[in-house]
Amino acid sequence: MKRLFALLGTSLLLTAAFPAAAQLNVFACEPEWAALATELGGNKVEVYSATTARQDPHHIQARPSLIAKVRRADLVVCSGAELEVGWLPMLLRQAGNPAVLPGKPGHFEASAFVVRLEIPQQLDRSMGDVHASGNPHVHLDPRRLAQIADALAERLITIDPANAGHYRKRQEAFAQRWQQAITGWEKQAAPLQGVRAVVHHKDWVYLFDWLGLVEVGALEPKPGLPTSVGHLAALKAELEKEPAKIILHTAYQNDRAARRLAQMSGVTVVQLPYTVGGNERTADLFGLFDDTIERLLAAAQ
Amino acid sequence: MPYKRPLSAAVSLGLVLATCSAHAAAEFNPEISLILDGRYTRYGNDSEYELPGFMLGGEAGRGEQGFQLGHNELVLSAHIDDLFYGKMTTVLADHDGATEVELEEAYIETLGLGAGATIKAGRFFSGIGYLNDQHPHSWDFADAPLVYHGLFGTQLRDDGLQLSWVAPTDLYFKLGAEMTRGAQFPAGGAANDGQGAYALFAKIGGDVGASHSWQLGLSHWSAKVEGRTSGGHAHDVALAGIPTFSGDSAISGVDLIWKWAPDGNASEHNLKLQAEYFVRDEEGTVVMDDGTAAPESSTYDGQQSGWYTQAVYQFMPRWRVGLRYDQLGADNTVVNPIVLAESGLDDEDHTPRRKSIMLDYSRSEYSRIRLQYARDEAYWDDDNSIMLQYVMSLGAHGAHQF
Repeated sequence: MKRLFALLGTSLLLTAAFPAAAQLNVFACEPEWAALATELGGNKVEVYSATTARQDPHHIQARPSLIAKVRRADLVVCSGAELEVGWLPMLLRQAGNPAVLPGKPGHFEASAFVVRLEIPQQLDRSMGDVHASGNPHVHLDPRRLAQIADALAERLITIDPANAGHYRKRQEAFAQRWQQAITGWEKQAAPLQGVRAVVHHKDWVYLFDWLGLVEVGALEPKPGLPTSVGHLAALKAELEKEPAKIILHTAYQNDRAARRLAQMSGVTVVQLPYTVGGNERTADLFGLFDDTIERLLAAAQ
Repeated sequence: MPYKRPLSAAVSLGLVLATCSAHAAAEFNPEISLILDGRYTRYGNDSEYELPGFMLGGEAGRGEQGFQLGHNELVLSAHIDDLFYGKMTTVLADHDGATEVELEEAYIETLGLGAGATIKAGRFFSGIGYLNDQHPHSWDFADAPLVYHGLFGTQLRDDGLQLSWVAPTDLYFKLGAEMTRGAQFPAGGAANDGQGAYALFAKIGGDVGASHSWQLGLSHWSAKVEGRTSGGHAHDVALAGIPTFSGDSAISGVDLIWKWAPDGNASEHNLKLQAEYFVRDEEGTVVMDDGTAAPESSTYDGQQSGWYTQAVYQFMPRWRVGLRYDQLGADNTVVNPIVLAESGLDDEDHTPRRKSIMLDYSRSEYSRIRLQYARDEAYWDDDNSIMLQYVMSLGAHGAHQF
């Protein structure tokens, strides 16, 4: 019992020794949300991204460093729709930080603020890794990202009302730049309308929804399951009937299957950045879409 | 496509959608998952299991031969409200032909009490060590390390209270303290009015670059033991009586975990290195309880220790290979030679060792099939064992610990 009290005492002393930082600590589950929080928060936020573009956000270890970051976070910004179901709940339970639990203002799930696609009518694990709340890769549609930006700015204001003016100003500036960028991208990407593509994983539905590309198949036979020789042969047979222009994959996916299918079918493989930091030209969200569209256009010609 | 929407309209749309998604999540309350575990085991001998120098208890043992079920668990868990989380794990296991239901875990835990503190109450696996609070289905081998068999009877769990605290530092630092009933091996007898065991643990951890992460743990456990029974020198228990220990018992341990994945992307290749060391000190009396009025007894002052180290490497998606080395040692002073010989405390100048190798295949994150071979030199009769195991989970997607 004495030991318990000694422990409590030490804990309280240590807590007092680390006063809260002046900046808002933002824990972003993925780089796209880190980039968005930086756009909106500027120097009032200290942003940490739990993952990089080289990591698969479905499969992340609930490792000690992440628990420590969540412990200190004022705001957690994630995709939601069960994308982080294998690791975020564990981080939240371990960190003991009430401010960022689901339902609290410090817990922001981006996909909750947009209309999601591919909400399954029926749930069965034999269909692979499907998400009950729909496809979670919502950031690849800049129109949806704009809605999320508005909601995130409001959330920053709720959590840090003292800097409301700062966030509002940045949100307005971002919304204006973003809207201009969208207009430009849409003009530039007009030739992509109707272009047929094979994808590695169903990462791209929102991008395709925006630009009008057509998904004709996936290298994964079921979401989350690795491809097989038989599945590639079936894809090749389909492509012979109805050809596609491109095969898409991300930096965090192995490109073996994509290259194999390319050899078999003659279709061009394109590695897209998928998120901020996915290649050297995607330092921010603007760069992400600039680069994505350029690569798609180059490959679709 | 014109895009112009006032901020407030977008947010209210968002709120409507957020409410809808909350309803969808409510359908999964509580989360139910079922773990199915079955195996085929082949041993090279049919000797009684023992670890010389150790009084075995709990579920220590090597299991049956042939086809059998392992730990089939039904797990229910949910956020109870905004302050509490609850979880119950029941195990259905066959013991001597009868199916027994065992309440493995049943606890509540606070959610975000504030300042990094969490309180857990009920029956739970102790936070000491690394493997101890993980369920057998998430172990990387089909069986527990020898030191867990020898010191904890496979895993230390008890009824009580746990307080833990995560420091607000960039380096992960967690402290935990437990006060428990002390009724489960290696305690026993629920001494001190049912609050006889204490545990303390600390964990620190962090990353080294994007590819490496690590965790170091220190643990201490102590109990006042009253009448802890164990299997002893199994072949003549009926003759010699049941070894029964009363006295002080304390265990200290250190554990180190190191994980590597290229750029932190574990889907293709990853490596997990793990090592744990525990030492137990005990002082008291051992009575060979044979039902008579004057059983053999002796003072006992002993130390048992053990360690293991293992490496598990995923060499291609779905496939992993693992190596493990186990070793134990004991140094016991038991004055009465009859008690020494019959209690299992005589180490017979033998150092228990075991080498294991395993290969497993995971079709998805919900299913795993494992083949394991062990060269078991834990006791005099050396053994070569083969295990073929399946571990599958149905239902809610459980998040895994580091």
